[in-house]
Amino acid sequence: MVSNFGFGALAITLVVSIYGIFAAVYGARKNSLAWVESARKAMLLTFPLISLVALSIIYLLVTGDYQVQYVYNVTSSTMPIYLKVTALWGGQAGSLIFWSLLLSAFASAVTLRKWDRDREFLPWVIVVALVTLVFFVGMSLFFENPFVRFWQTAGGAEAVAMFRPAGATDLAPFDGRGLNPLLRHPGMIIHPPMLYLGFVSFVIPFAFAIAALVTGRTDDRWIRVTRRWTLVAWLFLSLGLLLGSRWAYDVLGWGGYWAWDPVEIAAFMPFLSGTAFLHSVMIQEKRGLFKRWNMVLIILTYSLVIFGTFLTRSGVLSSVHAFSQSAIGPLFFGYIGITFAVSLALLLHRWNALRSEGEMHSLLSREALFLLNNLLFMGILVVCFWGVLFPLISELFTGQKVTVGPPFYERSTGPLFAGLLLLMGVAPLSAWGHSTVKTLGKAMWKPFIVSLLVPVLAFALGVRAPMAFVAFWLCGFVALITLYEYYRGVAARHRKNGENVFLALWNLMGRNRRRYGGYIIHLGVVLIALGIIGIEMFQTETQGTIPPGGKMSLSGYTISFDKLDIFDTADGRNVARAVVSVERDGKALGQLYPRRDYYYDSQQPMTIPGVRSTMEDDLYVLLVDWEPISSTGVTFKVYHNPLVNWLWLGGFVFIFGTLVAAWPEKEPEPVRVSAVNRKTTSPGVQSAD
Amino acid sequence: MSLTLKKNITRPFIALFAGLLLAGILFTAAEAQNPTPTDNEVNAVAKQLYCPVCENISLDVCPTTACAQWRTLIREQLAEGKTAEEIKEYFVANYGDRVLSTPPTRGFNWLVYILPPLIFLGGVFLVYRVFRSMKTRKPEKPVVPPAEPVDLSQTDPYLAQIEAELEQHRKHGQ
Amino acid sequence: MTSLPDEMNTQEHSRRLPTWVVGLAFAALVGFLVLVGLGLRRAQSGPITVGQNVPPFSLTTFGGETFNTADLSGKVIVVNFWASWCKPCEQEAFELEAAYQSYKDGGEVIFLGVDYVDTEPEALDFIKKFGLTYANGPDMRTKISQMFRIQGVPETYIIDREGKLAYVKKGPFLSTGEIQSVINQVLD
Repeated sequence: MVSNFGFGALAITLVVSIYGIFAAVYGARKNSLAWVESARKAMLLTFPLISLVALSIIYLLVTGDYQVQYVYNVTSSTMPIYLKVTALWGGQAGSLIFWSLLLSAFASAVTLRKWDRDREFLPWVIVVALVTLVFFVGMSLFFENPFVRFWQTAGGAEAVAMFRPAGATDLAPFDGRGLNPLLRHPGMIIHPPMLYLGFVSFVIPFAFAIAALVTGRTDDRWIRVTRRWTLVAWLFLSLGLLLGSRWAYDVLGWGGYWAWDPVEIAAFMPFLSGTAFLHSVMIQEKRGLFKRWNMVLIILTYSLVIFGTFLTRSGVLSSVHAFSQSAIGPLFFGYIGITFAVSLALLLHRWNALRSEGEMHSLLSREALFLLNNLLFMGILVVCFWGVLFPLISELFTGQKVTVGPPFYERSTGPLFAGLLLLMGVAPLSAWGHSTVKTLGKAMWKPFIVSLLVPVLAFALGVRAPMAFVAFWLCGFVALITLYEYYRGVAARHRKNGENVFLALWNLMGRNRRRYGGYIIHLGVVLIALGIIGIEMFQTETQGTIPPGGKMSLSGYTISFDKLDIFDTADGRNVARAVVSVERDGKALGQLYPRRDYYYDSQQPMTIPGVRSTMEDDLYVLLVDWEPISSTGVTFKVYHNPLVNWLWLGGFVFIFGTLVAAWPEKEPEPVRVSAVNRKTTSPGVQSAD
Repeated sequence: MSLTLKKNITRPFIALFAGLLLAGILFTAAEAQNPTPTDNEVNAVAKQLYCPVCENISLDVCPTTACAQWRTLIREQLAEGKTAEEIKEYFVANYGDRVLSTPPTRGFNWLVYILPPLIFLGGVFLVYRVFRSMKTRKPEKPVVPPAEPVDLSQTDPYLAQIEAELEQHRKHGQ
Repeated sequence: MTSLPDEMNTQEHSRRLPTWVVGLAFAALVGFLVLVGLGLRRAQSGPITVGQNVPPFSLTTFGGETFNTADLSGKVIVVNFWASWCKPCEQEAFELEAAYQSYKDGGEVIFLGVDYVDTEPEALDFIKKFGLTYANGPDMRTKISQMFRIQGVPETYIIDREGKLAYVKKGPFLSTGEIQSVINQVLD
């Protein structure tokens, strides 16, 4: 019943969306407001419709209707209710519906904005959003239907179909198979939605870019309108990546947070091009340069979102994170071909209209440094893209599989990331339009001198690796410059208005959120870099088997094995939990409980580390193995991860900075100088979209 | 230890040096004929290998039975006195190039190492050309007259104000 | 990825994009799509499908005997992928051996057990435990499994007398009868 209802709502969504596309195109061609308005209504209607679809799935999941194949695959009766609800995105079919739901929500929200000055964009934004939606809904409807059910045919065979085959009876398994235990982590409940939100919200700036290309209104209006959307997309994508790393650290038991897995990289690539885009649009806004490049970047970002989704869902790549083999591959491939080709054609069609309005005068100007920043981001992107694609190509041409693993990415992107850090320090001090070595040097020399203390300090603390000095210095340099920028602003306000430091800081940030939010993000990046340097350069590990009372040592810590408990839990797990005492320099620091959970329903083991976490370092203890009967000897693997907590702290700072930058302005949108008449030196007026 | 060392280097020749060093260390260790290699010695080799059964997870942390068997094999070969390089060669011969963490540098695989730097250099060239073409072009209208040493306040009236304040303060202080 | 930094090129003087640039951009796009498309096709069906010729391969058994499929034309070849760490493989091991025994004297059916990503001592234990007497050998450099693009173990491929792939089974056989019936179909 509910299945049929949900299926019906899905089908109606498809029809409404297709109608919306035609109405929008027709309305735009005939310049008919009524048709465009009708298309807009169709767009708005998709949201309640897909919500009904999603609610139907959730209803089936929560009530445990195991006749539905999707419910059978991702839930079991022992799962708590919140996991049953979030199983909506635990499998391929459900997560596609979730994708569509988010897309529809975002697209509806954007069609609700005031369109007064951007009327001509509206139909084309609707077209792009609805075409994407039609594709995803179509995939659900025809290839990955979440409402497909089990039937017993008259002949006694088992059948899987949407509607009852003639003469068949219901076939409802007694219990489901249960969600993959790896996904039963709180981080996994919010991580995928964040990534999807990030992916989906990049559709909006892309839709505006395409609208600008179609209408020929190629000034920077589309950028100003979507600036906040881009930041929001970026915020969610960053959150998704951070949560994913944290999940890997907590659950996967590798002692690390990032494995350069193809699926991780697939999510990281749109982040790279999106970050480049965020920086490069500022050049266009302030100086009227690189309009083509910005178009390329946003098209690239959207393409990478779609391509990344394709890679992880079509079975082209195999990975721990990938969804299982599926039939959606060819359809997805066709969609990729069409969108890439249409975007490219539109871009080339408007190529000349997208000429730069201004010029670049100095290699040290802010725009020049931003261009270098883009170059480095693109360099990292090329490495990632090629690394992901190469095994596929190698298999095609040589018939041999190869692994492109972490050493490849670490060696090739390391210097590029370092270059980005350096630019992050220099660029905020250079000016739009002009900068010379003299002006830049004048602005920079004080923090530079102070930053030289950082390697000295590192040496005093016992660091000896040469690369570590460079890395720490870079972090110190960027942090000092950023703080110096704040100091100058606050000091000026303090003197001029007599405001106290906090009020001055508050007002300073309020006046130019994007700039100061951006600086906070930079500080977050420095902290993240610190954590990464710590774990990448100074991680140590040891493994050994010890009897009860036995001890193991690593990097000044000593752990001793107290006991091992093995028991069953109510939610269908068999848990082996070790109790381990930690001490350092003879001082007891408490106990850790590394454990191994074995899930009966999915027959999968999971290794949960016991972690003692401080700002200085993490002691990360894994239970690897034990003697089954007597539990006389237990094998532990111990990692010492210095500074890794700064990574998570940096993540918080990073997200906070993005929120500051993206937070809506208080004041109403100021009347703006028409972008066409705008001189290259006009002040960067903030818009409120 | 050798592995943390290996991670933070970026230049190939240092990598080569470290590799030789590592091989040297392991070789002398092997000469000593350690009867039962420790878990750490096994993991040091396993970390550099990838088992096809768990793709993209290095052998030292992969939980499957197949990988546990591989680690046992490494232990046996270490006990026989084989070096890390010899063990890796054995695994490549038996299970193919995919067991290595990066494609071996020969034949078709060169592409994986050559193409990204080439594209990057192409990008550098493009950026250079953009700079050149923009600098040589005559500005149609005078843009910012660089009368004074221009500062970051260029485009932000508010920051210009801050700059002025600071300047004033400086003069005042003198 | 459609076309990388070419677009950054600011050819301000020329009114129009040269045709070759447009052509190149689209050629790059098509090239990329062809690569991904081929990869997708390979991922979905594997290089060999039922009815196609199977390229010759050779298997050297643990005993050192080498079987070359090129020399075995006119015979039906049963290629079974297995591993000692694979539980479902244990389910079908006895059945495979029993099926082999029933065809052994006819000489028309060759059984080749390909040991996938396994270590020799464990594999030999497995062969001893289930008393396997047909040819079993390691999949050196995982070449054979990559040729068939197996997705897991056990998987069984039957090659007919003309050297064409006749049957694919993913997962274990449930009975000796099942194995015999598919082999008989191929034999007829």
